[in-house]
Amino acid sequence: MAGASKAAVVDSRANLPFVYRQYSPEQLREVLHKMYLIRRFEEGAEECYTRGLIHGTMHLSIGQEASAMGICMPLAADDQITSTHRGHGHCIAKGAEVSRMFAEFFGKTTGYCKGRGGSMHIADVAKGNLGANGIVAGGIPIAVGAALSSKMMKTGKVVVSFFGDGANNEGAFHEALNMAAIWKLPVIFVCENNGYGMSTSTARSTAVKNIAERAAAYSMPGIIVNGNIFSEVAEASFKAVERARAGEGPTLIESKTYRHRGHSKSDRNRYRTKEEIEDWMANRDPITLFETELRDFGFIDDQGIQAIRDAVAKEIADGIEFAKASPAPEIATLQNYVYTEQA
Amino acid sequence: MDAALRELSYAQAIQEAMAIAMDMDERVFLMGEDIGVYGGAFQVTGDLVERYGTDRVIDTPISELGGAGVAVGAAVTGMRPIFEFQFSDFATLGMEQIVNQAAKMRFMLGGEVSVPVVMRFPAGSGTGAAAQHSQSLEAWLGHVPGLKVIQPATPHDAKGMLLAAVADPDPVMIFEHKLLYKMKGHVPEGHYTVPIGKAEIRREGRDLTIVATSIMVQKALDAAAALEGEGIDIEVVDLRTIRPIDRQTVIDSVKKTSRLLCVYEAVKTLGIGAEVSAMVAESEAFDYLDAPIVRLGGAETPIPYNPDLEKATVPQVPDIITAARDLVKGVR
Repeated sequence: MAGASKAAVVDSRANLPFVYRQYSPEQLREVLHKMYLIRRFEEGAEECYTRGLIHGTMHLSIGQEASAMGICMPLAADDQITSTHRGHGHCIAKGAEVSRMFAEFFGKTTGYCKGRGGSMHIADVAKGNLGANGIVAGGIPIAVGAALSSKMMKTGKVVVSFFGDGANNEGAFHEALNMAAIWKLPVIFVCENNGYGMSTSTARSTAVKNIAERAAAYSMPGIIVNGNIFSEVAEASFKAVERARAGEGPTLIESKTYRHRGHSKSDRNRYRTKEEIEDWMANRDPITLFETELRDFGFIDDQGIQAIRDAVAKEIADGIEFAKASPAPEIATLQNYVYTEQA
Repeated sequence: MDAALRELSYAQAIQEAMAIAMDMDERVFLMGEDIGVYGGAFQVTGDLVERYGTDRVIDTPISELGGAGVAVGAAVTGMRPIFEFQFSDFATLGMEQIVNQAAKMRFMLGGEVSVPVVMRFPAGSGTGAAAQHSQSLEAWLGHVPGLKVIQPATPHDAKGMLLAAVADPDPVMIFEHKLLYKMKGHVPEGHYTVPIGKAEIRREGRDLTIVATSIMVQKALDAAAALEGEGIDIEVVDLRTIRPIDRQTVIDSVKKTSRLLCVYEAVKTLGIGAEVSAMVAESEAFDYLDAPIVRLGGAETPIPYNPDLEKATVPQVPDIITAARDLVKGVR
């Protein structure tokens, strides 16, 4: 980038949305890169599943990339998250390598869980991702426990608990929010409301119009953001992280978004219309929205975008090759990791 | 009294173990309902909150599921929580976190984490608390790989096994029979551990092996003492741990005595008695058996309120005496 145009970008930032003032152009281009990485990872996983290379099931987060990236943007490397069955995006956003994620989906020893967890239990403990979870709301109390550790051990870590709209009607959600509030723990509850708990819409399942309203019952801020606009999500997360780190307690963020794909691989999409899905894809795609902003504000040009797309395509192809070439676990190791190996 | 034979109650022994654990390791803390100023529903935590403060003796809301999950989350991230369920029956409310999370997290994550949480469950009948506060659910949890499940039967073991549990890197579930809390026995001072996964022969004998758990160990010993006068020589094995189970001690004992009686308070079918019986039947000890294996367990009913009905629900000393005598004399 030429010196003059770079200065122009910097000068004009004062009037731009939050992230354009808070983060460098390099950081924001990296966000676009990661959003593409999530999207292409999901598409790659879906293709491998369709071709019979991956078994089981999976829950794709296509359409929710800005939510995962926005929430994780202000987190430090040693901050922690708990994730959900729709957790591939969270995992990448917190810093995981797609090669080891693919390897896990292929059930290989080089996978993050050595082939024991698969899609629904993908984790990257070294990067602070304590794991996806097959139980709706299962990770929420665990996140509160991690936040209790942070407070007791004075590590300064902030913990984010991702969950979907379905989790807001589980008892664990309510019990966990209450405890986080009474103990003022450094935890952020992030409800990614994609409108449907499997097939049941929030209108049919949930007594409040907005899940963020639940926060009032636990005396914490309840923030609603457009989960498809990266800057909105990141700004809310930034404030919640500041609040948590200052010892002021938890925040509930409701990130309103949409999943382009079905709940899982068994979904026949009988509970929503084709028009609804197409509207979200055509008019509110989080990657298109962010990419357009970046281009309009002069942070990236078409060439830069293409370079990101090409790089991501290579990462995905390499990742799948790595997974294919990796060794499968020996049957003799079946009982490993049930208990901690002791000398 | 000889200082070397200092006696404590089972509840005092647990409390002392928790105090020692907190003195030795600042990561250890207690969580549970009414364990602070109230001292716990059975006064097991007692005055620990005065000694260790509310930061380390944490009263939780009445939220068994959330509380168990917080304990799991704290354990995974570096702390060593000891979580008290007020009654073991309330494990049903926390089952998701125990069974799906604590037990499986290490495995699901390919060994990347350990879950060093201890959960304590006051269990069993005999207090007139009826069907929802008197159950023995240890076999439920014993069925779950990833958990360790123990049932100390003496004050000595209650302390030593709790200290072993706190030092253990994996989730340990401790079932404490409520009627044992007032039982007195010798408890050494200071730190010691009693290994998880090792049964103990409480009484040696030639004619019959009784494998008993928890409060049934003392009842089996009482029955054995009563039968001594009849010339019946009973060996009593205190199982102590139901997962991982000490197969060898049981098999060796049955090979010696050739007869097996399992005595436990939980509902008879599909329980620890079935497991011990099958374990013996599958082993080389089968060839040594001179009589069918017999199980004495709880009746196929919830625990009733009426005290006579309640007693009739679980094995009592006369039941054990009759069953043991019949077995040795070949009545069955």
